[in-house]
Amino acid sequence: MPVSSRLVALIVPFVVIAIFWLMARREAQRSQDPTRKSYFERNGTTLGIVFILLVAFWTLFLVVLPYLYMVVESFHPTLPPPKRGGPEDVLTLAQYKSLVVLPTGGTNVTHMGAFVFSIVASIAVTALNFAICYPLAYYMAQAGSAQKVRLVMLGLIVPYWVNEILRAFSLRLLLASKGLINQALMAIGLTDAPIDFLGNNVGLYVGLSYAYLLIMIFPLYNAIESLDKNQIEAARDLGAPWWRIHWDVVIPYAKPGIASGCTMVFMLCAGSLAAPLFLGGPRTLWFTSVIYNFFFQAFNWPRGAAYSFILLIACIALVMLMLRLFKVSLGETIK
Amino acid sequence: MSAGVELDHVTVRFGDFTAVDSATLDIRGGEFFSFLGPSGCGKTTILRTVSGFLNPSEGAVRIGGKDMAGIGPNKRPTALIFQNLALFPLMSVAENITYGLRVQGIDKATRQKKADELLALIALKGQGNKLVSELSGGQKQRVAIARALCVQPKVLLLDEPLSALDLKLRQHMRNELRTIQRMVGITFIYITHDQGEALTMSDRIAVMSDGVIQQVGDGKAVYDEPATAFVASFVGENNPFAGTVVQADPSFALVETQFGRLLGRNPHGLEQGARAILFVRPESFQLAAGAAETTLSSTVKSVAFEGNMTHVFLEGAGKKDITVTVGRHAATRIPEQGETAAISYDPALGLALPEGKLARE
Ligand SMILES: Nc1ncnc2c1ncn2[C@@H]1O[C@H](COP(=O)(O)OP(=O)(O)OP(=O)(O)O)[C@@H](O)[C@H]1O
Ligand SMILES: [Mg+2]
Repeated sequence: MPVSSRLVALIVPFVVIAIFWLMARREAQRSQDPTRKSYFERNGTTLGIVFILLVAFWTLFLVVLPYLYMVVESFHPTLPPPKRGGPEDVLTLAQYKSLVVLPTGGTNVTHMGAFVFSIVASIAVTALNFAICYPLAYYMAQAGSAQKVRLVMLGLIVPYWVNEILRAFSLRLLLASKGLINQALMAIGLTDAPIDFLGNNVGLYVGLSYAYLLIMIFPLYNAIESLDKNQIEAARDLGAPWWRIHWDVVIPYAKPGIASGCTMVFMLCAGSLAAPLFLGGPRTLWFTSVIYNFFFQAFNWPRGAAYSFILLIACIALVMLMLRLFKVSLGETIK
Repeated sequence: MSAGVELDHVTVRFGDFTAVDSATLDIRGGEFFSFLGPSGCGKTTILRTVSGFLNPSEGAVRIGGKDMAGIGPNKRPTALIFQNLALFPLMSVAENITYGLRVQGIDKATRQKKADELLALIALKGQGNKLVSELSGGQKQRVAIARALCVQPKVLLLDEPLSALDLKLRQHMRNELRTIQRMVGITFIYITHDQGEALTMSDRIAVMSDGVIQQVGDGKAVYDEPATAFVASFVGENNPFAGTVVQADPSFALVETQFGRLLGRNPHGLEQGARAILFVRPESFQLAAGAAETTLSSTVKSVAFEGNMTHVFLEGAGKKDITVTVGRHAATRIPEQGETAAISYDPALGLALPEGKLARE
């Protein structure tokens, strides 16, 4: 029943909502509160219906359905539109397998390479980003005077008024072989020939780190800011050198914030499209570009969807593993 | 293993504001020394200057004779106990206590041994694995002391460590602190705005007001021979009567006040015509008339019975409040509210001091 699998996707959310509604009803019946007015009594019938419809529309059509549709799609074969729903449209794992084994046989080195590179590079960018943001966040939260902190904050936020593409391109201009940095390096005689920053993916790392700077800084800042200054001073008074204070006192305290910042940066990085496209070297292939091409160039939605879910699941698994490793619960990271 | 602390004309400024003004002091090794003063008078600032978190704008701090300029808090032979304790919440009790050893790279077995030793000292034997959050207020207090003692400081600095505790526990911890100090024999510099605490625990006390050290002396000296009007009014209860000296000799002065002429000792050698305040402590009064120059007449406003003593609040001339404290043993009849009563004092217990700022006014 190939057609029904897509139909199921449509029905599932309604069933879930119905179940929730019934549960809510039962709960309300069990704990009778005479002063409690019903939803419609509180809001009036018209307004009540409008609210319900709006929320239902939002959750169903904008949140739940698209994803569900993609999940279902990813288990279907790639077929030209006339054949969809026909006898060949069966449920299959082929799209998922194709990341490892090409449909034509042979290992899919290109895509697996892109997949692994994207993940590893995202981890590297997350680490780099953390290394940049931690001192800044610490300065803003504990060390700096209020006035200077405001200046730093402004300096961090203002560049984000510029749109992403312009930012990426200006970075490209800076890092190009005839760009400002290379010219400066050659002028002071540090190198004879220009360094290929873009080909070496330096541009990619710098661009991605820069793009998600704020995403890392604010959770860190929030976490460190609530640390009692006296704890830092107590450690110092007991003879701890500065790096030990960070290692023993500040970082353990800020761990939830660190986890939350790193998780977000990693996820966004692995899923980013523009920066890798503009700043990656010519041989660099980011996994999202592959997905993008399946959706918009090859019009192979099932495979694009399958790849997307592989990426999503890999990222979630990695994040969970890291949280487990550093003994942070998921709940703490959203505090 | 104790060291003296010398403050040599230490001035600390924050911008234009002078928090500590030319403090000069010599705290002996092994002494229990207290700084006593109202909130905001610069006590914490002095302590932070001694521990190295603040640099004096002028003057020098010497510990064990050695100038501390340019030496950071992690290199000074001092340990500070913070006003809010600042225990590390993510470490166990034992880890907290031995943190100072851990940063010195001392191995785990030695640390464990030291932790057990100190846990025994603070009567928390076998509770090293607890989390700090599982301890009571008094236990946290003791852990903070153990953590500071663990690095074997020559000087222990305590910033109102008992202020967060309830009264009973505070009194208990006073004794405990004193005992610990005698046991370890190092210099304690203790900060408090509670004069009872300072008087019961300290060998010597420095009374501060607005960044200026008003007097240094042992509890008895500060209580019985206050050097300034501020000290007289801040340490213990006191009844001030402001006026002008009308007659004086090197030992006694007669001060013309709202209540007439009152007599008191004259340690500052005040001369005729000088503005002065005559102080008489509540417990120095008796509820009976005496010689004319030591007797006041007033009306009883209220009576407060406090068990071991009774406070009688009187209103004298010009709506001035006078407090009289009568001990239990006194055979005197306590007057009732609204009665007129004559009260008097022994002139040796009256004290005439030069006019100056009073506490709490
Ligand atoms: N970092 C600072 N910057 C500016 N002013 C300060 C600073 N630290 C303290 N002060 C000021 O110095 C004065 C003394 O402060 P300090 O903390 O020493 O008071 P304290 O005697 O310890 O009071 P408390 O009993 O309330 O703790 C206060 O008026 C305070 O406002
Ligand atoms: Mg203070």
